[in-house]
Amino acid sequence: MDDAIVEVERLVKVFKGKVRALDGLSLAVKPGSVYGLLGPNGAGKTTLIRILSTLLPPDGGTARVTGVDVRTDPARVRARIGLAGQSAAVDEVLTGRENVELVGRLYGLPRRQARQHASQVLERIRLADAADRQVRTYSGGMRRRLDLAASLVGRPRVLFLDEPTAGLDPASRRDLWTLIGWLVDTGTTVLLTTQYLEEADRLADRIAVIDHGRLVGEGTGDQLKDRVGGAVLELTVPESDRVRTFQALRGVGGQAPTDDQDHGRIVLPAPDGARTLTEALRRLDTADVTPEDVTLRKPTLDEVFLALTGHLATPTGSGHDPVDAADRHGQQQPEGAAR
Amino acid sequence: MSATTPAVQAWPARAVSDVAVITRRNLLHFLRLPEVLVLSASMPVIFILMFTYVFGGAITGALPPAAAGRYVNWLLPGLLAQFALFGGAGTASGLAEDLTRGVVDRFRSLPMTGAAVLAGRTLSDLVRSTLTLTLMVAVGFGIGFRSQTGFGGLLAALAVGLVFGYAWSWVMALLGLLVRSAEAVQAAVYLVVFPLAFTSSVFVPTQTMPAWLQPFATNQPVTVATNALRGLVLGQGALPPGRTVAGQVVLALMWAIAVTAVFAPLAVRTYRRTVS
Repeated sequence: MDDAIVEVERLVKVFKGKVRALDGLSLAVKPGSVYGLLGPNGAGKTTLIRILSTLLPPDGGTARVTGVDVRTDPARVRARIGLAGQSAAVDEVLTGRENVELVGRLYGLPRRQARQHASQVLERIRLADAADRQVRTYSGGMRRRLDLAASLVGRPRVLFLDEPTAGLDPASRRDLWTLIGWLVDTGTTVLLTTQYLEEADRLADRIAVIDHGRLVGEGTGDQLKDRVGGAVLELTVPESDRVRTFQALRGVGGQAPTDDQDHGRIVLPAPDGARTLTEALRRLDTADVTPEDVTLRKPTLDEVFLALTGHLATPTGSGHDPVDAADRHGQQQPEGAAR
Repeated sequence: MSATTPAVQAWPARAVSDVAVITRRNLLHFLRLPEVLVLSASMPVIFILMFTYVFGGAITGALPPAAAGRYVNWLLPGLLAQFALFGGAGTASGLAEDLTRGVVDRFRSLPMTGAAVLAGRTLSDLVRSTLTLTLMVAVGFGIGFRSQTGFGGLLAALAVGLVFGYAWSWVMALLGLLVRSAEAVQAAVYLVVFPLAFTSSVFVPTQTMPAWLQPFATNQPVTVATNALRGLVLGQGALPPGRTVAGQVVLALMWAIAVTAVFAPLAVRTYRRTVS
C-alpha cells in the first residue's frame, strides 16, 4: 500500500535465539485510521509496538513509520511518534502539568511552547482541574489519561498505544475510548494493541488478529466476523431443561451446541441464519422445551479468534487480568539478547 | 490539533537543554521528598559521630602527628571520600525505578539525547553530594575538626572528593540499568561502596592491615582519594611514607577520568539497549 503511514514487511524478532516473538509479520496502516492489534498474551503485539517505537531493533524484515525506516533512522521516527505503554509511565512526584511539560521539552519544544501545548492537551484530556496536583494523588484512570496526554504533547503523527485500558474499571475504560475516538477526529493515526475483543471492535477501523507472531486474520470487524460465516444462535432455557435442550439440538446447524456457563446460555452456530433458528425452535417445541430467551446474532470476535486460530483468545473464566505475564517475560529478554 | 513536527534545536544546544530538563526533574524530587534527603544525609552524620566517639579513643594513638591528636581530623577527609562515592546511589536507584515504571521506555521513544537521562541523574546526585559533604564538614567542625591547611585546603579537598564521586556515579548508573530492581540495587550499591571503603585508609592507616591485603588496600582508588583529601586538609605529614599530596591528588583525578572513560560509555550503551 503506497499511502500507508505504518508499513511492516515480513518482520521478525527472535529473543534469546529461539523465541520467535514476531514471525514474518506484515501489515499496513492508513493515515488517520485506528488500527487494532488483537491477540492473546505473548502473541507479539507488544514486541511489534516496541519495534515501531524504536525501542527494539528487528531481527529481520522492515518497518517504516511515516515512510522512515525504524532501523536506519530511529531519531527521525521518534520525532513523529507518541508512545503510551502498558503501565502509565508518569512521574509520581511531579504534577500532571510538570509531567506533560517535561515530555514536551524532551520533544524539543521551547519552554513557552511546551507550556502552551501542555495546557491544551491537559484541557482536552479533561485533566485541567487536577493538572497542578502531584500525580501520586491521581486515580488509575487519571494516570492513564495523563500518560496519553504526555504522548500527545509533541503532536505526533502516529500514536502507539499498548493496551491502553488494561487494568482500568469499565467507566474509565469507556472514558479512554471516547478520548481515543477524539484523537482520530483530529487526524492522528492510532495503532493500539488490546486483548479485549470488544475494545478492538469498538475502536478500530481495521483489526489485525495476531497469534504466535503471525497475522492470522485482517480486516474490519464485520469482515472478520464474516470469516466465521453466518450467525450464532443463543438460547436461554430453564435449568431443568438444559439436558433435554442439548439432546434436542443435536444435528441442528452442523455443529454441536456449546455451553456458555458464564452467561447461562447455550450457543449454537447457525450457518443458515433464520432457517437454523426455525429448525432449532421446532425441535425444542417437540421436546417440550420453552426457551426463556432466543437471540440470533453475528459472531463475536472471540468466536472469530477461535475460528481463525483454533484456540480461544482468553481462557474462559480467567476474567480480565491486565498483567501480560508472557509479554512481561519477553520484555526481560531483549536486553539479555543484546548483551 | 495539527500534526506538525516540533521545531528542533541544533545538537549541542539540544543536548544541554535535555540534560537541564532531566536534572531539574530529579532536583524537584529532592525538594518534594525532603524526607529522602534528610534520611540520606543522616547516614554520613551518624558515621562521623559513631566512628569519632566509639573508635576514636582506640585509634588516636596509631595516628600520625599531622592529625593533631584528634581522630576526627583523620577520619573526616576519609568519610568525605566515602560518601562522595556513595552519592551516586541515587543514580542507581533512580534509574532502576524509572526502568520498572516504564519511564525509560517513554524517554527512549522521544527524540531526545539518550545520554541526557544518565547525565541528568549523575548531575543531580552531584548537587546532592555537594550538600551532603558541606553538611559533613559542618558537623565535623562542631565536634572539633579543624583543617590544618586553612579554608583553601578544605575547598580543594571538597572539589577533589566531588570529582571523584561524580566519576563513580557512572558506575552506579550502570548498576541501576543492570540490576533493574529498586530494592536489589540498594544492596548492589552497598556491595560496591562498603568493601572499598573498609579496605581503604578511610578509617585506619592501611599499614595496620594484614600483609596480604596491603597491596590492594594501599593502592585501591578509595585509599588514593582519601589520601588526596587528607593531604589537602592535614598536609604532607598525614600521608604514608613515599606519598605526596600533589601526587595523590593527581592520581585521584586520574582515577576519576579512567572510571568515567570506562563506565560512562558502557552505561550509555546499556541504556540505549535497555527495554523495561
